[in-house]
Order: sequence, then C-alpha cells, then structure tokens
Amino acid sequence: MNRRQEKARLLALAGLALLLFSPPLILLFDQPSTNGLSWLPLYLFVAWGAVIGMAAWWLERPDVTPREKPTGAPQEERQQHEK
Amino acid sequence: MRSDPIMLSVAFGYLALLFVIAAWADRRAEQGRSLIGSPTVYALSIAVYCTAWTFYGSVGRAAVYGPSFLLIYLGPTLAMLVGPLLIRKMVRIARAQRITSIADFISARYGKSDGLGALVALIALLGITPYIALQLKAITLSHAILTQYPAFPTDILADAGFWNDKSFWVALVLAVFIILFGTRHLDASERHEGMVAAIAFESLVKLVAFLAVGLVTVFVLYNGPGDLFARAAAHPALAQALSLERVPGGALGWVGMLVLATLAFLTLPRQFQVLVVENVDEDHIRRASWLFPLYLLVINIFVIPVALAGVLLGDASLSPDSFVLTLPLAAGFDGLPLLVFIGGLSAATGMMIVETIALSTMVSNHLIMPLLLRSSWIHLGSRLSGGQGELTGWLLGIRRVAIVLILLLGYLYHALIGDAYSLVTIGLVSFAAAAQFAPAMLIGMYWRGATRAGAFSALILGILVWAYTLLIPGFAQSGWLDMALLDDGFAGIDWLRPYALFGLEGWDIYTHSLFWSLLANVGALVGVSLFSRQSRLEQTQAALFTEAMHPELMYRTPLWHGQTTLGELHKLLSRYLGTPTALRILDGDDRQGGDTSAAHSASPALIARAERALAGALGNASARVLINSVVRGEALDLNAVLSILDTTSQALEYNRRLEQKSRELTQISEALQAANERLRELDRLKDEFVAMVSHELRTPLTSIRAFAEILRDSDNLPEDKRHHFLEVVVHESQRLSRLIEEILDLARLESGRLTLHPERLDLADLARRSADAVQRVQEERGVTLKVDTPSSPAEVIGDPDRLEQVIINLLDNASKFAADDQGRVRLALSRHKQHWRLSVEDNGPGIGEAERERVFEKFHQLERQDGGDAPARGRPRGSGLGLPISRGIVAHLGGRLWVEDGPTLGGACLIMELPQAPAEDTATSPFNSD
Repeated sequence: MNRRQEKARLLALAGLALLLFSPPLILLFDQPSTNGLSWLPLYLFVAWGAVIGMAAWWLERPDVTPREKPTGAPQEERQQHEK
Repeated sequence: MRSDPIMLSVAFGYLALLFVIAAWADRRAEQGRSLIGSPTVYALSIAVYCTAWTFYGSVGRAAVYGPSFLLIYLGPTLAMLVGPLLIRKMVRIARAQRITSIADFISARYGKSDGLGALVALIALLGITPYIALQLKAITLSHAILTQYPAFPTDILADAGFWNDKSFWVALVLAVFIILFGTRHLDASERHEGMVAAIAFESLVKLVAFLAVGLVTVFVLYNGPGDLFARAAAHPALAQALSLERVPGGALGWVGMLVLATLAFLTLPRQFQVLVVENVDEDHIRRASWLFPLYLLVINIFVIPVALAGVLLGDASLSPDSFVLTLPLAAGFDGLPLLVFIGGLSAATGMMIVETIALSTMVSNHLIMPLLLRSSWIHLGSRLSGGQGELTGWLLGIRRVAIVLILLLGYLYHALIGDAYSLVTIGLVSFAAAAQFAPAMLIGMYWRGATRAGAFSALILGILVWAYTLLIPGFAQSGWLDMALLDDGFAGIDWLRPYALFGLEGWDIYTHSLFWSLLANVGALVGVSLFSRQSRLEQTQAALFTEAMHPELMYRTPLWHGQTTLGELHKLLSRYLGTPTALRILDGDDRQGGDTSAAHSASPALIARAERALAGALGNASARVLINSVVRGEALDLNAVLSILDTTSQALEYNRRLEQKSRELTQISEALQAANERLRELDRLKDEFVAMVSHELRTPLTSIRAFAEILRDSDNLPEDKRHHFLEVVVHESQRLSRLIEEILDLARLESGRLTLHPERLDLADLARRSADAVQRVQEERGVTLKVDTPSSPAEVIGDPDRLEQVIINLLDNASKFAADDQGRVRLALSRHKQHWRLSVEDNGPGIGEAERERVFEKFHQLERQDGGDAPARGRPRGSGLGLPISRGIVAHLGGRLWVEDGPTLGGACLIMELPQAPAEDTATSPFNSD
C-alpha cells in the first residue's frame, strides 16, 4: 500500500466515522428496543469498534513500509543535548 | 479500611510510587535504554486525556444526559484517525523548530511573534486553570465520600482550613513531582521520560480501576448485563435514559459537542504536550491512531451500566458524579472503593502533572521571558554578567515558581468557587476555550496566507465571544453577577443575551458558544489575513509550517547573514543554557577548522544552531530576540527558504513537464520509426510488384510480337500454320488483357476504390452456377468436380459477380493443383455458427504449413513437388494474382479466406467464410422498426 493510498484510506475512514457518529444516521438507531431502552448506545459502541478495527487492520499491516524519517541536522543536535 | 490514616498512606504511597517509576524511567533514559520508546507507551500517555472528569464525570453525565458523554471520546477518535497525517505534520514541525508548547507553535507559525505567544499563554491560563481546579475538587470530593459515606459530604471546604483539605497537600506533592521530573533540563523541547512513564502507568491504573467497578457492578451486583438492563428498563425514571432526547440540544447539540471534543483534543495544552512535544518517534503515531481510541472505548464500556445501576440504587448513591464510588460502598465492599479512589487520583494527578508542565513552560517562555528581555534585561544582564550560566538557574527558577503558582491558582479556584460548578460544566468550558486555538493552529498549518494580524484578531475575538457566552454566564449562575444578564441581556439589550446571542435560541449553551466563537474566530482569521500583509519572517515561517512534509525543507531554518563572533555567541549561550551546553553546541561545528578563538566570526549555520538551542529552552520568539541582540548587520536571510521552496517546487514542476514531453517525444519517434519501416516495406513491395508486373506482361507480349513478326516477314506460310500463329497471338492477347484486368482489380482493391454492389443472395445457388460454368473446363483437364451444397438457401450479403469470380478462381486453382491422374475437386457449403463456409478442396499434394499465407501474396506461384515450375500437364499457369484478389474481395464483404488441409481429399482446402445475412425483415426494410 503506497503512501498516497494510505492517506486516502485514512481520510475516507475518518469521513465514514464522522458520518456514523452524527445525525441523521444516529437518529435511525435512536429507537426503543423491546424492553424500552434505546439502541443508540449499543449502535455507537459497535460502529466505534468497527472503525477502530478497520484502522488497526490498515495501520498494522506488515507490508506497509515505514515512511522516510527526517534525517540530518536534528539528530546530531539532539545528541548534543543527551548526556 | 476507610479510616483516614490508611487512606492517606494509600494515597501518598501511590504518589510515592509515581516518583519511583519516574526516577527509574529517567535512570533508564540516561543509560540509553529508554522505557518510553514504544508506540504503546505513547498511546497510553495520550490517555492523559481521560481525567477525573472521565473517571467520575462520565458516569454522572451518562446518568443525566444519556449517551452524550460518548461524544467527548468519539471526537478524539476522529482526530486520531487522521493522526498519521495531521499529528505527524505537527510533530515534524515541532521537531524542526524545537517547539515547546502550543503557544510556541502558534507564535512560531506567525513569524515568531512574542505577542501571539503571550496571548495564547494567557488564554490557556484563563481557560485551563478551572480544569486543574476540577481535578482537585474531584480528589477532595472522592476523599470526603470515602470517609463520610453514607453521609452526604457537604461544606467540605467551608468548615475546615485548607491545611485539612487533602487536595491541598496533593497539589503540593504534585508540585514537587513536577519540579523534579518536569524541569530537570532547561530544554523544554527535551522529552520528560520519567514523567511520560509515570503518566502511562497512571493510564493503566485508572483503566483497571474503572473496569473493576464496571465488572463488579454488572456481574456481582447484578446477574450480567441482561439483568441490569431489564431492571433499568422497568424503572420509570430510566425509560428514556439512553435516547437522544436526553442529550442537551438534541441532534444539533450532538454535532456541536462532537466538533468541540475533536478540536479540544488537538489543542488542549496537555494533549499538545503528550501528542507532539513528548513524541519520541513519528512512527508511534500509527499504532496510537487505533490503540488510543481503543483505550477510550474500553474505559467507557461500563459507563452506562454503572450509571444505570447508580440511578437504580436511589438515594444511597448520592450525586451522579460519585456513582463510581458509592456503588461499591453501598454494596459493602472494602477494598474496591479504595481502588476506585486510587483510579480517580491517578486520573486527576496525571492531568495535573502534564497540564502544569505545559502551562508553566508557556508562562515562563511567553509571559515572563519576553517581559524580562524587554524591560529589565539590561539591568539583569549587567548585574549578572560576572559569572557564566547564572541565568540557567534563573530560568529554571522561573519555571518552578510558575509550576507552584499554577497549582496554587488551581487550588484557589477550587477552594473559592469550585462548588458553584458541576464537574462537567467546568470541563466543557475549558474545552471551548482550548478550541479557540484550533483555527490559528490548523488553518495555519495548511494555508500559507494566514497572517499574524489574522491570528491575533481571531484569538481575541474568539476568546471574547467564549467569555461572553460561557464564562460570564457561568459567573452569573454562581451568583456573582446579576442573573438579569442572562434573562435580559447586557444593558437590557435583548439580542445580547449570552445564551441566545442575536436571538439564536433553543441551542444548548456549548454548541451555541462554539458556533458564535468559532464563527468570529475563523471569520477574523480568514478575513483579516486576506487584507493584511506578512512580514518576510512570517512568510518564511508560514512556508516552513505548511510545507513541513516537503523533504527539501526539513530542518531548514533561515540563516543569519549578520556578523557575530564565537566569543559573543558563547557568552550568550552559556548565560542561558550553562557553559557545558554552550560548549557542546559550539564544538559541534567542525567546519570552523579548530579555530575557536573568541574573535573568530561565527558561521551562519552555527548561529542557526544556537538559535534552535535557545528556542528549545526559551521558545522561538525569545530566542530570536536574543540572537538578534548579538548579531550585527543584515539580520536574517529570509529569501533563502522561500526561494528554496519556490525553486524546488518550480524545478519539480519543470521536471514533471520535461518528463512528460520526453515521453511524448519517445512515443512520437517510435511511431515515426514504425511508419518509416512500413513505408520502406511498401516501397520494396511496390518495386517487386512493378518488376513482377513487367515480367508477367512481357512474357505474353514477347510471344505476340514474335508471332506477329513471323506473320509479317514470311508471306509464304502455309495457311494452317498462319492460322495457328494467329490463334497464339489472339490467345496471348486475351491472356494479356486478363492480366491487365486483374492488375487493375488489384490496384482498385488496394487503394480502396473497388466498388462492390452488395445484395442479398443465395450462396448455394451461386456456388452451383459457378460450378456449372467451370464444369466443362474441368472435364477437359481430366478433373472430376463434386458439389455438396445444402438444399436450403444460404443467404449472405455480397456482390454476385465478384463472388462468382472468387468461386471460379478457387475452382480453377483447385483443378490446376489436383492430382495428375484422377484429379478430384470438391466444393462444399456448410453453416458454421453465424457464417457460411464455402470450401474448395483438391486431392493434390497440398500446401505446406509455411506456404499457406504466402499463396495470398501477389504473383506468388506455387512450386510443384516434382520441381517443375508449371502446374500439371495440360493446365495453364496462373497469373499469381487470383488468390490475392479473391481475398481482397472477400475481406471487403466482411469475410475471410484461408488455407487448410483438405478434410476428405487430402490436398489443399481453400475456405471462404462469409457472415450470414441478417433476418429478412430487418435487412430489406430498415424502416419497419415501429
């Protein structure tokens, strides 16, 4: 998965999460269950967990190569401050 | 178990444990075996987001306002999902610029402005101090409940001096902790490893404590979640407990709170500290982007059960904010309430530690330092100029005093006005204050055009609207101001009512305040930026911030062009950072070639490094002022960075275009080459063709001429001989004209000028007629012709004359190559899918695999296997044009012509395939579609 694709996926996932966590979708689930309590919290937890699961799945794939790390000046400089 | 001495020893024993952990982590860091170099620790340290407000307040909020408590955690989830993009950029900027706090970040973005830094520090102080008070209040309250239960803890502060208030002592112990582990180095951009380790540990403690309460509530006090929810549903007060109806402001309030939590998560000073300043490795953000939301999910999973159980408990559960404690207390547990107390304590102290470090850095670097540098700097400098490194102690002292003062301020707030607010209110008011930083920070990171004037007006307007719509009404509700302000508006002006500004009514107060303050904030940032100009330094910083992910610009800071000496630089650095640090910074510059005499002038790179080192300790704005004080002449080379940025982006663009051009050129030249090849080939073919045509034409012409000459020169030829010669001349002339006819056909075919007259025809009938036409000739050659055509019509679209020409040609060819004796030729017509196939085979030697395509070349003559050039005896030689012409005609009619092995006779088999004519009605009358 290249960086551009990963970026696009993360943005899409954040958009999806925003959609799932806001009206009008939450209104659909704000219905009383058989015993009278609303389904809303259960829905929110399930949607939340699903979003986290997807993020974990994408971000923890072993095939993702780490991005280039900044190199150069600061490394040398940081060392100076470390004993 | 709940006696005061035990409680106190547990509480302060827990704090002592924090000291041990922090000290151990610092020791490990010094040994180079860092404890915090893991993404999991990073994610846990971000969980400092969950304060006592989460620990006690979430349940309270869930009990009163239903599922809206979740928004405080869904917002950060959204922010973390884009963390690998957004927070990574913030971390990279912070590392390049040695950013120490969010005030430093905003000040550096807008041209290292000390005014902006001070403004942000002030707002943070104003907005966050109540939040610290909130933590102290939670500690006091939980302690009181624990010791006095089941009595309701009232007037906990009024009837006792502050020395009896445990939270005062907690604040003091924390001050010591923060001073020890938060100000060990002067360099604030240096990570506080001990502190981070302690925070991560605290995050685990509060998680375990909360889960313990949740599990006990659901599985011990009740028989699992089903039982609890069934009983809750039966309770009349809880009928709507979980629905959106309970959420203040309904759907709109829901969205407002979600936005508020998202922004505040990124801009709260303590979150900026752990997310950005304390980040060890950019790649840790990846893991944290899902692990931290997971932490939030887990710590919230029992909030609703605990809230429901608390309400079911009735009066014994006291106030909703204390359900977490009172549930296990009411059930008679002994150890569990203590664990809960420790969990709450860890949540509160974690927040206070990080928040205080962040605030003290801001206060010392952005409020006190600029004042010192401006007003009494000269006195200070002269008074202390005798020694070296004396200011280091001063600076650390300032920061330490700031820490104590901030904690005391928090305590005072808590002691004086803390009772007026509920936990949740204080927290959300603080959130709304921190959210005012979001536009200046986030827009500034992506829009180069945002100016300092814009950021200034944005922050001031935003915080004023915040104060008018949230802070002041809160004071009024606490009874310090006339409530008439809320009902009638400022000075009795109706549309200035703080909770219904400009008549916007019916919203919950936070969404209302967030809407107006962010409207003013973003509006001012964009509007003023569009009509103000950036200084050169601002332009540079704006470029460095917005293009932080640009590899060329990484760690590029503007270089000082002015002159200064090593001696002066050394004096400055050692005064502020101490002599050892100063020497390390100066020694790092090897390019000076060992010449370290004080009079030697410092290189621009060295000055830049000195500035960065100062920025790490004092903030960007002060560092710039200090360097400016020792550098003479033309100060900063600001064009350098901008020109790098412009040239690199231009060069990239040029490169891209050049590449595209060269790709196009390559393509064109390849196409040209191919066309050239094709032309050469055509030229060669044409030459060959001309040569062949001339050759073919010359043969009959030669014999005509020879016989004509004989007839002219020999008058006394016998009549029969003369007649024979004339026959030959006529025959050869016919052959010649046939040849010319064929060449003309071929030319027309190849130039596309051959006109065909396609019509619907019966191919079977046509085949029979053609066979009849050649029957006699075939018999003369001793060849038997067999015709197999279906009785039903085989309808195709074709030009009958031309098709007949093709079939005759095929039959003629076959008979020429049939076996010498008992030659046989078979013509068959069969249907194949949507096509008709007409095959003509002979019993001759056949055509080899390699020759099969070549027979369709012009003037190609098949060689007989016996080596002779001519066909079998008594059969005329062909022109070699028949098959190419036939194939051309068939191709024009949408069919194919090819050679196969004869299936029945064993010789060659030429197959002509033509598409079947479409059904009668559509073909004949295209207009009957209606």
